[in-house]
Amino acid sequence: MTPTTGTGDTGSGTGTGTGTGTGTGTGTGTGNTGPTRAEYCVVACAEAWRGDGEVLASPMGLIPSFGARLAKRTFSPDLLLTDGEATLVGLDGTPEGWLPYRRHLTMVTGGRRHVMMGASQIDRFGNQNISCIGDWERPTRQLLGVRGAPVNTVNNPVSYWIPRHSTRVFVERVDMVSGVGYDRAAEAGVTRFHRLPRVVSDLAVLDFAGPGNAMRLASVHPGVTVEEVRSATGFELALPEEVPYTREPTAYELRLIREVIDPRGLRDREVRG
Amino acid sequence: MSDKSMTVDEVVGQLRSGMTLGIGGWGSRRKPMALVRALLRSEITDLTVISYGGPDVGLLAAAGRVRRLVAPFATLDSIALEPHFRAARERAAFALTEYDEAMFMWGLHAAANRLPFLPVRAGLGSDVMRVNPELRTVTSPYGDGEKLVAVPALRMDAALVHLNRADRLGNAQYLGPDPYFDDLFCEAADAAYVSCEQLVETAELAKGGPPQSLLVSRHSVTGVVETPNGAHFTSCAPDYGRDEAFQKLYASTPWPEFSARFLSGATEHDYQSAVRTWHEEQQ
Repeated sequence: MTPTTGTGDTGSGTGTGTGTGTGTGTGTGTGNTGPTRAEYCVVACAEAWRGDGEVLASPMGLIPSFGARLAKRTFSPDLLLTDGEATLVGLDGTPEGWLPYRRHLTMVTGGRRHVMMGASQIDRFGNQNISCIGDWERPTRQLLGVRGAPVNTVNNPVSYWIPRHSTRVFVERVDMVSGVGYDRAAEAGVTRFHRLPRVVSDLAVLDFAGPGNAMRLASVHPGVTVEEVRSATGFELALPEEVPYTREPTAYELRLIREVIDPRGLRDREVRG
Repeated sequence: MSDKSMTVDEVVGQLRSGMTLGIGGWGSRRKPMALVRALLRSEITDLTVISYGGPDVGLLAAAGRVRRLVAPFATLDSIALEPHFRAARERAAFALTEYDEAMFMWGLHAAANRLPFLPVRAGLGSDVMRVNPELRTVTSPYGDGEKLVAVPALRMDAALVHLNRADRLGNAQYLGPDPYFDDLFCEAADAAYVSCEQLVETAELAKGGPPQSLLVSRHSVTGVVETPNGAHFTSCAPDYGRDEAFQKLYASTPWPEFSARFLSGATEHDYQSAVRTWHEEQQ
């Protein structure tokens, strides 16, 4: 398999890839060991970019980066990727375009981009904080600053990756709204391009299909119970009648993850288990 | 045409306490660090600093020279959190105007274009509006009627930027992948000072790269200074990458100790020597 033949890769992921969960959580059919938690996370992140077409996938962090590459190698071959600096590159690193920060910011406001950001805090409507913890005037913990979260959330789709699902991250109220959630987007009249497709954590996939765009448990990763997710969440999660499992990686996807995308196994250092 | 070449100390001689100072680059990338270090050797303080923040912000904050910071972040890139920025914020050592990255960019554009503001779809719904109560909105006068944030122009008294090459007239060239916003900083400032890795004859510039690499033009430049390794320890592609080992040292050493060892000399040359000595010790 050559890394650049995106079309040759496309067929393989579609078998189980139509939804966020198959509900079965059964074996993968590989002769190898079954998927690790980190591998479910990579696939769940990849799913964020399904159907996105010719847009820039902007993954922040390791597992989202693997997810973006998996999506591009399989079901979303038209995605654009960067080298982390100012060059648009193919899967084998071949430069295909120029994207310095000034053009990157236009890509954000032009909407041809789907970013997966981190969050130090996130609330039930998807308001996210990466700026600081505590009182903004004199924070107990200064973090990054709002960075581009405000412009991102009201212009291009924004998903989130949370490597440690806990009540410290999933909170009732965030201390400094950096990324805008559904309730505040509505209040401020900036819903036109506002969309938060999903939140992937080490335990589950969440979306905002709950009442009034509240966060809903979309699927739990195999090996995780609904109760575990609820108790690691600092607010009441909306629940579907039946919570499916996050879908299984296909044998082909597992092979890509293990042999091509992350042969050094860095994914298992970010998510254990 | 006038020769604008000067020394780092002559640049700093043009600056005053209380000024609003723009600093180019981005995070820990192509920062005019030699000029920042020269500032640290001066008595200049009480600055309003406008920056896509990196160790420029950290150094000035640690040294207590910042009255207000205008920034969307401060980071060392490979080390996510800028330790001195962080410490200064946690003791409320300076005032902060915290903008989103795009708001900041359009503030630069407004200043460079002599506009009072530019409308931006950013900030609305976020706490940027809460912590900057002076921000106003405008409503599109066209059929859509969209409400947007009117980002005020980020005018500055002086801008400091670092590029790869420049001539004595003030034309400056970047050879790396990203211009960042250095041209806008120069155009947004009443006086702009360009430090460069190498001063060359004008005719050499076009040999080094295509015309679009000539990012900063002399009409927007007040002074030029050659400072080899002047972006250290931030990156200055393709001349050199970030000095990750030294950045780690910077991030993990208590400020008085770091400052005493590396910043107490009388010149930039002293700094570069101290860095060389440290690297030799690591081998």
